[in-house]
Amino acid sequence: MQSTTQSLDTQCRSDFPVLERRVRDDKALVYLDNAATTQKPIQVIDAITDYYKNHNSNIHRAVHALAEESTEAFEVTRSKVAKFLNIEKSEEIIFVKGTTEAINLVAYAWGRDNVQKGDIVVTTEYEHHSNIVPWQLLTQETGAELRYVDIDENGELMLEQLDEHLATGKVKLVAVSHVSNVLGTITDIKKVIKKCKDAGAKILVDGAQAVPHMKVDIGNLGCDFYAFSAHKMLGPTGVGVLWARKELLENMKPYQGGGDMIREVHKQETTWNDLPYKFEAGTPNVADVICFAAAIDYLTKIGMDNVRNHEIELTKYALEKMSKVKGLIIYGPKDAQRQGGVISFNFKDVHPHDVATIIDKNGVAIRSGHHCAQVLMEKLEVAATNRASFYIYTTKQEVDVLIDSLEQVAKVFKL
Amino acid sequence: MSGDPIYTEMIIEYSRNPSNFGKIENPQIHRHDSNPLCGDSIDLYVNVDGTKITDVKFDGKGCAICMACTSVLTEMIQNKTLDEVKNFQKDELLAELGLEHLIKTSPVRIKCALLSLKALKYGIYSYFTEKMNDVKAAGNLKEEAASLY
Ligand SMILES: Cc1ncc(COP(=O)(O)O)c(C=O)c1O
Repeated sequence: MQSTTQSLDTQCRSDFPVLERRVRDDKALVYLDNAATTQKPIQVIDAITDYYKNHNSNIHRAVHALAEESTEAFEVTRSKVAKFLNIEKSEEIIFVKGTTEAINLVAYAWGRDNVQKGDIVVTTEYEHHSNIVPWQLLTQETGAELRYVDIDENGELMLEQLDEHLATGKVKLVAVSHVSNVLGTITDIKKVIKKCKDAGAKILVDGAQAVPHMKVDIGNLGCDFYAFSAHKMLGPTGVGVLWARKELLENMKPYQGGGDMIREVHKQETTWNDLPYKFEAGTPNVADVICFAAAIDYLTKIGMDNVRNHEIELTKYALEKMSKVKGLIIYGPKDAQRQGGVISFNFKDVHPHDVATIIDKNGVAIRSGHHCAQVLMEKLEVAATNRASFYIYTTKQEVDVLIDSLEQVAKVFKL
Repeated sequence: MSGDPIYTEMIIEYSRNPSNFGKIENPQIHRHDSNPLCGDSIDLYVNVDGTKITDVKFDGKGCAICMACTSVLTEMIQNKTLDEVKNFQKDELLAELGLEHLIKTSPVRIKCALLSLKALKYGIYSYFTEKMNDVKAAGNLKEEAASLY
């Protein structure tokens, strides 16, 4: 990474080998599907190779040199996550395979003991399926009720509905995204957390689209559970984090039983290991957790404020240009300050897959589909949308290629 | 962008004005099918008189490829016998719209193109097995439908 006053993309672009790819008819790849997963810098790729070449070993259970090195490196990632997010107690950080598993862990290990018939769990219309389906399973199983906070025409949460739900006094948990993966809307998370605390409800924040893109200070946020995935922030797939307050974790039953999560096992009973190991049964994803540290280092070096500013600039630029493309409908806040680097859009009467196919020919990778957010699609009254999402290496020239391609779509479909 | 291998005038035209779009109340054959990944979702309705198809309609939502292919399929099978339709091959349908190349070039979009044919094959299979109690006539339609893409 070069460090100058150059734009962020210029500084870091050469660290990402895949961005040199040519696709389709020898077109430069324009990767705008970063909300799905980001590309990986050479530092992360090297870290994983280095691990397998030089250190590979199981962790926590042996005293030989490699095991010690691996265990140490695994725990270094935990401390780096703690520092990155201002978490004081690193034992509150549980490694899981992704945001989805983190949320499911809470739904099982906390939900089954704390949510009963007559209770209410609240989620929102702009959640990813991973923050809806686990709560459907929980509420259906326990006889509790699942309620939603709807969104307004700008794609923002109607918080007065949250007030109404909380006023029933029956809400046990509110599960909300920090940033919507479809609309990009940034939730006023401090406000939501305060409302929950005042009402005595627990709050889980799905930070899958927040942690990669802006400074998140979990230590001062005040929520109860926070989840995110490494692969959306330059890291490997198969690694995610559940953070939860220690008192909660201590009182929760384990999520899975097996090796590592135990202290002593007898024929009929077992005592649990300390946190965080109580929730990390079995051999974890050692290699990927270890190389996740390289991704955190990379982002730390850039600085999360710079990441956010770069995305604001690109989003502003793109929104302005897109608003001039014929027949294009943009969803969400349409305000770079109020949204992450994510823009969802449709062409009037053109199916998103046709859009994606046409622009894919120019090497532009966007996502079209329901983005695992069918509740939101229903609200928007569409089957699917197109979504362009940016990251640190995205350039204005790439946005220009996107815009040109969108103009082609308008032309092909005679809009 | 003239000469786009997929988005020809004909496909765009069909996507805007699909043929046989609508619903048949209480049809003899009804099959709903969807492509979960891209969100194409159609309902195919067919009426038969003995073994001859007398009416075909479809409704639903989908991309231009799905709308065009479904339109063309409904046109092609109108007034055909079930036996003729049973053996209908995917190449015939794709050729009608110049989309044969999708089989090779786009494993993703081929699903959009063949969704209606899959629905049709399953629909006829159910008609034979459930309404006519004629497993023999159904042949291996089900396997064929399942292996279309
Ligand atoms: C907001 C949000 N929540 C949850 C997820 C699920 O993350 P993962 O698939 O890494 O478990 C995603 C990723 O698509 C997301 O964008």
